[in-house]
Amino acid sequence: MDEPSARERDSGDAAERDPQDARAHVIATRGLTKRYRGGQLAVDGLDLTVPAGSVFGFLGPNGSGKTTTIRMLMGLIEPTSGTARVLGRPMPRATRAVLPQVGALIEGPALYGFLSGRDNLLRYDAADPTADPRTRRARVAAALDRVGLAAAAGKKARAYSLGMKQRLGLAAALLQPRRLLVLDEPTNGLDPQGMREIRALIRELASDGTTVFLSSHLLDEIEQVCTHAAVMTQGRLVTQGAVADLAAGARGRLAVTTPDPGEAARVLKEQGVGDVTVDGDRVTGEPPAQDLAEVNAALVAAGVRVRGFTLEQASLEDAFVALTGEGFDVAG
Amino acid sequence: MSRAEALQTRAGRRPSPLWTFGLLRSELVTTLRRWRTLALLAVLAAVPVLVGIAVKLETRGGSTAGPGGGDGPAFIAQITNNGLFLVFTALAATLPFFLPMAVGVVAGDAIAGEAGSGTLRYLLVAPAGRTRLLLTKYTTVMAFCVLATLVVAVSALIVGALLFPLGELTTISGTRISFAEGLGRALLIALVVAASLVGVAALGLFVSTLTNSGIAAMATTVGLLITVQILDQIPQLHALQPYLFSHYWLSFADLVRDPVYWDDLVKNLGLQALYAAVFGSAAWARFTTKDISA
Repeated sequence: MDEPSARERDSGDAAERDPQDARAHVIATRGLTKRYRGGQLAVDGLDLTVPAGSVFGFLGPNGSGKTTTIRMLMGLIEPTSGTARVLGRPMPRATRAVLPQVGALIEGPALYGFLSGRDNLLRYDAADPTADPRTRRARVAAALDRVGLAAAAGKKARAYSLGMKQRLGLAAALLQPRRLLVLDEPTNGLDPQGMREIRALIRELASDGTTVFLSSHLLDEIEQVCTHAAVMTQGRLVTQGAVADLAAGARGRLAVTTPDPGEAARVLKEQGVGDVTVDGDRVTGEPPAQDLAEVNAALVAAGVRVRGFTLEQASLEDAFVALTGEGFDVAG
Repeated sequence: MSRAEALQTRAGRRPSPLWTFGLLRSELVTTLRRWRTLALLAVLAAVPVLVGIAVKLETRGGSTAGPGGGDGPAFIAQITNNGLFLVFTALAATLPFFLPMAVGVVAGDAIAGEAGSGTLRYLLVAPAGRTRLLLTKYTTVMAFCVLATLVVAVSALIVGALLFPLGELTTISGTRISFAEGLGRALLIALVVAASLVGVAALGLFVSTLTNSGIAAMATTVGLLITVQILDQIPQLHALQPYLFSHYWLSFADLVRDPVYWDDLVKNLGLQALYAAVFGSAAWARFTTKDISA
């Protein structure tokens, strides 16, 4: 415990001397590990790097250690070993300097049911000693407006629907201009229209230059809004990088629909298509290195009648299953 | 204002040290807006009303109230002569249980209640700061001690003035003091009673840092209060009793002596300070190192 904290101090000072590094990586963890008192290893040697300006998707099955990681990044949980730096400063030591610039939604919203939505935000804002009380009411009103809750601001939070609570939680994260937003399942409990609105809001925030760290179990959500992603399973980081690269990692498949499957399979093998499988009138295989137009021409030249010729793009879901070897909502 | 400008203003702006008290103000207001706090204060305000009416009914025939005395201060017999004694009686009646129970509920809920509802994590990432939040909570609980005691005292004064005559009063020592001085002593007693609750408040706050359930923390604190009260009654534990936070509670009656007998009053205040120091430090040590997983 002592040794890493000494190192942390050194690297913390180095980061202050080198703002370039701090600007490049909004979150950087090294060997971040959390072992709970029961001996359970929740997070195991995590090396996570979140580039500035990215919309970073944080994926993993339930129980894979995502929430523990987020709590360590926010200074709520002390790491067993390893270091975590947020905005270039070590956590949890620099919470007072870092957290006013970070908006967070952690494991769903938590509200005072007996207070109105507006009073909830006033209270959270008052908790931040760097928040100017003179602009408090105006900032709260702006945040409520931004998440579409202006009309329900005076209602007791107890009477809010789950979606409204989620919006209020988001509003709390938007009380100040932030450099980083940490959003844990931000569209949970929202209807499809609400999800679209929140995703649009995330894109808008990201285009303003805010880095967004987004954990979600909805893969299409990550694909739609994220530029980068990391995948965790059983406390370990399996992969991280740009979303396009991750999806490309799991290669797509060439699919030919034809009334002559036998002949098509033979031609495809000749053309260097690997792992050719025939299923009724569908022949699929791993696409070859050469131009697919040539493959199609070869099929036609061999007299194969082609009804459909497509390259099925690998989704992030394929990549995810390939990486974690399990379905998505399975506890790890 | 564009975002870049906003960030610039933010960087150029110097937060005032006074802004840190925004949380205390929010905490005080939030505590007083809880239905539970208001219910506790209503119960406390009702006690003097019940005592006053009971004494009035019992003495309607013109006789003075019962033999009075027992172990507690013999104030009740004096109420019919002077309504101000209802203040002393009501404080003596609520100090052993109602007042510390109310304080135990508010103190026990302080951290654990926020943890249970999940609002604690949002306060901490705001960032409230753990030491700042704990100090704010303790200050609020102490403010509640004063408020709760004043509610009892003021309610008793109003009921006493309505049902009984007011005027010069006779001290326990038998001397007579003016009504104004009596009123001054009543205020002093209220403050001493409030200070007597500081120990329970610190204990409750410490218990509150141990659990994520507000109900469990409240029940534990009130349970400890009852246990200590019982221990204080067992003669065999004579050696232990001077260290129980409730042992010198009723010493406030010495303020109605002439001259005031200070020994037990000072012991009481010293003991409360000791409890505040010990359990306050324990709460701080626990809360600043705790993993917040709720």
